[in-house]
Amino acid sequence: MASLIGYYSLIIGLFCSLLTIFYSIKNFNDNNVIKKEVLFFTFLQFFFVIISFLGLIVSFIISDFSNETVFNHSHTTKPLFYKISGTWGNHEGSLLLWLLVLTLFIFLFLLKSNNQPKKYRILTLAFQQIIITGFFIFLIKTSSPFNYIFPIPSEGLGLNPILQDPALAIHPPILYLGYVGSSIIFSSALAATASGYISKDWAKHIKGWVLISWFFLTLGILLGSIWAYYELGWGGFWFWDPVENVSLMPWLALTTLLHCILALEKRSILTSWVIILSIATFTLSMCGTFLVRSGILNSVHTFANDPDRGLFILIFLFSLIFLSLFIFFYFHKNENKNFKFFLLSKETSILVNNWFMMYFLSVILVGTIYPIFLEVISSEKISVGPPFYTKLIVPFLIPFLFAMAIGPKLKWIKSEVQNKINLIIFLVISFLISFLILKNLNDNFLLNSILLTSAFYLFFITTKDFMIKKIQNFSQNLAHFGFSLLILSILLNNIFSTEVITNLKIGETFKSKNLSINFQSIDQKDEQNFKSLIGKFEINSSKDESIILKPELRIYNQPNIITSEADIKISLLKDRFITMNSVQNQNYFNIRYQVKPLMIWIWISVLLISFAGISSFIRKIYEN
Amino acid sequence: MKTKILPFIFISFFSFVFLIFYKGLKNPNIYTPNLNVEKNIPIFKAQIFQKEKLISSEKIFKQDKFYLFNIWASWCIPCREEHIFLTQLSKQEKINIVGLNYKDKDENAKKFLSELGNPYDIILSDKNGTLAIEWGAYGVPESFLVYDNKIVKKIIGPINEKSFLEFINLLK
Repeated sequence: MASLIGYYSLIIGLFCSLLTIFYSIKNFNDNNVIKKEVLFFTFLQFFFVIISFLGLIVSFIISDFSNETVFNHSHTTKPLFYKISGTWGNHEGSLLLWLLVLTLFIFLFLLKSNNQPKKYRILTLAFQQIIITGFFIFLIKTSSPFNYIFPIPSEGLGLNPILQDPALAIHPPILYLGYVGSSIIFSSALAATASGYISKDWAKHIKGWVLISWFFLTLGILLGSIWAYYELGWGGFWFWDPVENVSLMPWLALTTLLHCILALEKRSILTSWVIILSIATFTLSMCGTFLVRSGILNSVHTFANDPDRGLFILIFLFSLIFLSLFIFFYFHKNENKNFKFFLLSKETSILVNNWFMMYFLSVILVGTIYPIFLEVISSEKISVGPPFYTKLIVPFLIPFLFAMAIGPKLKWIKSEVQNKINLIIFLVISFLISFLILKNLNDNFLLNSILLTSAFYLFFITTKDFMIKKIQNFSQNLAHFGFSLLILSILLNNIFSTEVITNLKIGETFKSKNLSINFQSIDQKDEQNFKSLIGKFEINSSKDESIILKPELRIYNQPNIITSEADIKISLLKDRFITMNSVQNQNYFNIRYQVKPLMIWIWISVLLISFAGISSFIRKIYEN
Repeated sequence: MKTKILPFIFISFFSFVFLIFYKGLKNPNIYTPNLNVEKNIPIFKAQIFQKEKLISSEKIFKQDKFYLFNIWASWCIPCREEHIFLTQLSKQEKINIVGLNYKDKDENAKKFLSELGNPYDIILSDKNGTLAIEWGAYGVPESFLVYDNKIVKKIIGPINEKSFLEFINLLK
């Protein structure tokens, strides 16, 4: 029943889309107010998508296995929380969620943009409705969440256990808020270009949307990364997996856009940059959807795939790309050519930032899609791994970090570097600290020490700004401070992580120079939908007091999958991380013990960065 | 003039990307082991495990014998599974097993071997993973059966009972 309501709500939603487009066209030239019908149908569409989404949630809660999506992804023994999160833990449901956020945002946009020109609003609505219609058709035609199965199965297939996790339950909705927020930026940039409204006013107005999508995107990536850290049992937080890359690329584009918007707002420059980046952010999000959902790449996020789906998104994606190319080239007039950039000015430093970001973005883009190109052209299969990204990104990080330390100090138009002596003193201090930290390190000393120097340098400079300026430019300082902390933690974490891998059976002890791991006992526990084996390990090291760690092996009943849950002892200075895995047909367990310095600071710094986004947003509202 | 060329470049570029993606969709995305019949092995120089010395590929594969080029690492769990088959194979006269220790710490690798035994006639060290790329490896473990400097068979993933028996048959 709930599924039926859900399905028909979707169809009505699609009709609302068509009606909204129809009324917008009719309304385009008549007067200066948006017709009531347009608002009404936009709201109605949002309302019906909510109904549809609730319909799916209800089907999941009552375990209605006549619904194919529920049957494939749920099970009666699953805890209620994961029944609900299972709604978006699959291809169909997540697309419905995507649609929900799309309709919510355009509705909010119409409500919040009252003081903007009417033509621009109508056009934004029309572009957004094109995207929404595309998604409606995609959902109904190729991936309906409400397919009916007969005879009704008595039990479902269950949700993949690695997805049964609190961080991952909220990861998709948060990430989608970011992705879909970028769709508003996309439509609005196209509308502003077409109606000749790219201006300071527009920048001021769209900045809020940029900030809010950026905030959610950052947070969404963070959640995914935390999940990968403790759930996948590798002890790493970023694997350069295509799926992670496709979330990082829109983030880089959006971050660059955020800086360009500032330049547009204050000085009416970089208009082409702003338009192209607005288009790129959403196109990259869509491209990510395509890469992940079509099954063209293999990854954790590949849902059961179907070539029709891939083809649909592909055609849709490229229609949007060609549409935006047309609008950009046809309507956009080049900005004032007489504008002079001085070498030392905020404008130049934003440009420098842009080019660095574009470089990082291209590296990741090439690394992600090059294997597809190569395979099609020469039918050779390769996989691009971390060494590629490290080699191409890390060296360029050094000038980038130095530029980031100096850039924000510069003023608009023309400026000079002040307090030169201070800057040099900080540089010397950073170098000395890096040298002291790294002096016992053998390999790659030169690169590491320069890298660490640049990271410390940025860290000190931003810390100083943060302390001195306090309220003035609070968000920017906080974000830059967070970023320097992030880079510093990642670097030190990378350099000083250690790990031990060994096979142990109960009672055995692993010993090395300054570490001993004692496998004391194993416990069994029965939970609602899994059994768990809990190992108890005592770890003694010469530097710290002894700790007990209890990693887990979970044997899920539906579907029958074994997962390994890491146990992590978190402290401010380092995480101690242990996982155990069963070795087939033996009473040995494979133990992986890692010491990861400053892990928690990686999370904290990303939180600081995203918090900076939201604080800037709040301040913007307050100023209005 | 410039404004006319730019859109044209963009449109052709994106059309090209579209075409590639479109074709890519039709390719199966599951990696299947393909038989690289008669493909020559790469010519390389590599560091011998736990030694400073470099050895060239001609020297390693010079005998009139089968060689099993096996990529392994102590951190790789499936490598432990296949180890028993490697140990069995190492008892065969007609085959030499060449190990490539992939992105590993010497200490851990040594422990791995002392724990499970060393089936290798020679072990090469591939600290940064470049040699594995030259061989066109997809991951760890992976094994190449080499005869007369040519790759006769390639096994992606651990050696199992089936591939083991196949080897034994070949060696007869």
